[in-house]
Amino acid sequence: MTIKTNLMATTAAMLITAGGAVYADGHATHPETGETLASEQVFTYRDLDESPSIDPGKAEDTAGGDIIRDLFEGLMGQDAEGNLIPAVATGYTVSDDNLVYTFTLRDNAKWSNGEPVTAGDFEYGWKRAADPATASPYSWYIELTTVANASEVIAGDMDPSELGIKAIDDTTLEITLTQPLPYFPDMTTHYTLFPVPQATIEEFGDEWTKPGNMVSNGAYVLTEHVPQERLVRERNEMYWDNENTIIDKTVSLIIPDENVALTRFLAGELDRTEVPAGQFPRLAQEYPDDIMSVPQACSYYYTINLTDTTNPALLDPKVRQALSLAVNRDVIVDNVLAGGQKAAYTFTHWATAGFETPETPIAAMDQAARDAAAKELIAEAGYGSDNPLSLKLIYNTSDSHKSVAIAISQMWKQTLGVETELANQEWQTFLETRGNQDYEIARAGWCADYNEASTFLDLMDSGSGYNDAKYNNPEVDALLAEAKTAADPQAAYTQVEQIISEDVPIIPIYHYAAAKMLSDAVEGWPYNNFQQKWYSKDLYIVAE
Amino acid sequence: MLSFVVRRLAVAIPTLLILVILSFVLMYAAPGGPFNSERPLPPEVLANIEAKYGLDQPFWQQIVNYVWRVVTAFDFGPSFQYKDRSVNDIIAQGFPVTLTYGFWSFAVAVVVGVSLGIAAAVRQNSWLDYLAVGITVGAQVLPNFVMAPILLLLFTLWLGWLPGGGWNGGQWEYLVMPVIALSTSYMASIARITRSSMLEVLNTNFIRTARAKGLPMRRIIWRHAMKPAILPVLSYLGPTFVAMITGSVVIDIFFSTGGIGQFFVNSAFNRDYSVIMGITILVGALTILFNLLVDVLYAWIDPKIRY
Repeated sequence: MTIKTNLMATTAAMLITAGGAVYADGHATHPETGETLASEQVFTYRDLDESPSIDPGKAEDTAGGDIIRDLFEGLMGQDAEGNLIPAVATGYTVSDDNLVYTFTLRDNAKWSNGEPVTAGDFEYGWKRAADPATASPYSWYIELTTVANASEVIAGDMDPSELGIKAIDDTTLEITLTQPLPYFPDMTTHYTLFPVPQATIEEFGDEWTKPGNMVSNGAYVLTEHVPQERLVRERNEMYWDNENTIIDKTVSLIIPDENVALTRFLAGELDRTEVPAGQFPRLAQEYPDDIMSVPQACSYYYTINLTDTTNPALLDPKVRQALSLAVNRDVIVDNVLAGGQKAAYTFTHWATAGFETPETPIAAMDQAARDAAAKELIAEAGYGSDNPLSLKLIYNTSDSHKSVAIAISQMWKQTLGVETELANQEWQTFLETRGNQDYEIARAGWCADYNEASTFLDLMDSGSGYNDAKYNNPEVDALLAEAKTAADPQAAYTQVEQIISEDVPIIPIYHYAAAKMLSDAVEGWPYNNFQQKWYSKDLYIVAE
Repeated sequence: MLSFVVRRLAVAIPTLLILVILSFVLMYAAPGGPFNSERPLPPEVLANIEAKYGLDQPFWQQIVNYVWRVVTAFDFGPSFQYKDRSVNDIIAQGFPVTLTYGFWSFAVAVVVGVSLGIAAAVRQNSWLDYLAVGITVGAQVLPNFVMAPILLLLFTLWLGWLPGGGWNGGQWEYLVMPVIALSTSYMASIARITRSSMLEVLNTNFIRTARAKGLPMRRIIWRHAMKPAILPVLSYLGPTFVAMITGSVVIDIFFSTGGIGQFFVNSAFNRDYSVIMGITILVGALTILFNLLVDVLYAWIDPKIRY
């Protein structure tokens, strides 16, 4: 009681002497919820590793994306539910043939040096990212938007100036696509399509992303960056919506070991970190207010080599179906992983926007029925205790992949009598082995590039560079092509999922969930944003 | 002596060159490449990137260009993994960090290790000796990847005295745990070597003569026994110093110091060719330099040694 009274007295004194300082003193409340805010609005979180780049045009990883979304702002943004909201653009119109998008930019958007953010900055950013001279590892994302001439520019057959993006005036940006793409506006929330400051880049070259050099247009500016140690961003006074930003400073610390990170979280040094594998149940019990598990836009699956370098038995669809049926996904998600993941019977993640998980026979059965069906199928294919099937399964070195592989090989052995030889490979070696179809069955994972089912299902296209099974079904190809322009592609996606559950070029195992420790004091976290696109400007720290 | 140093430096150049070529060959022999990922790049994008980093040139051309650039401009090239940074940048940022905690760890390991070793030898088979031997054995069976999490639990979680990691410009509270974790097992080795070498020296005839003359023990140890006893320790210290100042991946990972050790290991996993090469050359050059330094010190300490 006394403490409270004292605090109030202090506040009153401050009010009299310093007026506005009350806000800084920490007795401010959240404008909408009325919660009392902590005096120090600093959000500190753990990153696993240094991001390859924080240059929007060259960045390539999720952690880098988290940083870039604070530093820069694109045409559109996402709210806590993952819905599209205006950012630098206040809105857009689209032509009748759905090919030409015209974005209107707000006139009060500024770079951190006070210069206005113009349509030309977007045009420059896109052309720079597509330019072969930039050698961006994410230039393919521009191609994915189907913006006119993207492929030709990236291949070096056309000058970057031919890219289908044009600044009509400072606040009007026109983008021409080669085919209608219903989710195009959503794609502009990705960093590759952010504006970049031409004058700064030309002045500093590759050094422009260093603190002091970098000019940015997001809610924060880069103030400190020690590679493999920390990256600090602080409030950008020039940001158009600065007055509604509550977090003053966000710090990402590189902590490679997840157990060390957990210790530091528990010691109060971090506001957010990952839950180490297998520890979710324990931590959820001990720290129920500080833990979360949200769907993460990735699918975990085994890919089966369907080329002639494979084990011939795997070319028989019955064998593949039996292998898929015999995997008890519930054991994997509940006992092996235990982090809120969900059993997968489709490739597309269940939480993908606009996607309805289709009915498939395998999903409808219980495990006993699946095992029975699997036994029948493997016997029909001519394998059994007298003629056991032996397979080779590879995965990239990781404790979690190993646990899953051991569990699945046991299931195959018990249900089907299949002998599985497990082999782990170091990451780069693994990628090469798998990419060259030098395997029988291999672990794989795929994360959504945008929130729509085709980001997963396009891998089943015979022409996809990521189709490591080399699955080739003309019917699937036709359905995927049809889905691109259909008003409602769900029917096509349902059919594709049903076909692949029959053909089994891949065995979906589980849909990822992100299990994280998040301090109880941090509010505003976008739990329901499927791609986990979070923005420091939407967070705030409440007083304990 | 001078001609010895010059000769050794002259040999160092071809040694480094062989190191460069060997590393280059091994690096390229490893499967995969710097731009492979779970999501393979479209061929035209990959081609753009390879062209930018000169990976489209024939192998021998790459080596020649590389060596030429390093020799003429001291430029180790851009990092393939960290696209905003050059290798020079990475070394300039990470090396001072490892140099700092490595130097302090070395100092602690030498001072504590040598003192423990001498004390144990002088009071052989006393409680002091047993205690010292006990400590060194204990310290040696506690590798730094076991020490680090224990220190972290103790000082950060339970006692709350020290920050759990980071560097923050190298303030002392960020240095304590890395230094303890890194120095412990080296300290144990130094103590062990010092003890056995000192014991050997103390049993020689010239020490017996000195004692017979009635010289005080303190003087015998510092004046007569120390120099010969320290030689084996010295030959251990040369490579140890290099190993310590070029960083420890364990320290970097557990304490997030941002040192060069982690870059070294990560670069191998990422096939970040230019970073692997840059740090290999740095470590190689330092190893050659400190081995030379140890040899020179040898001659200075032991007049019998002549080159």
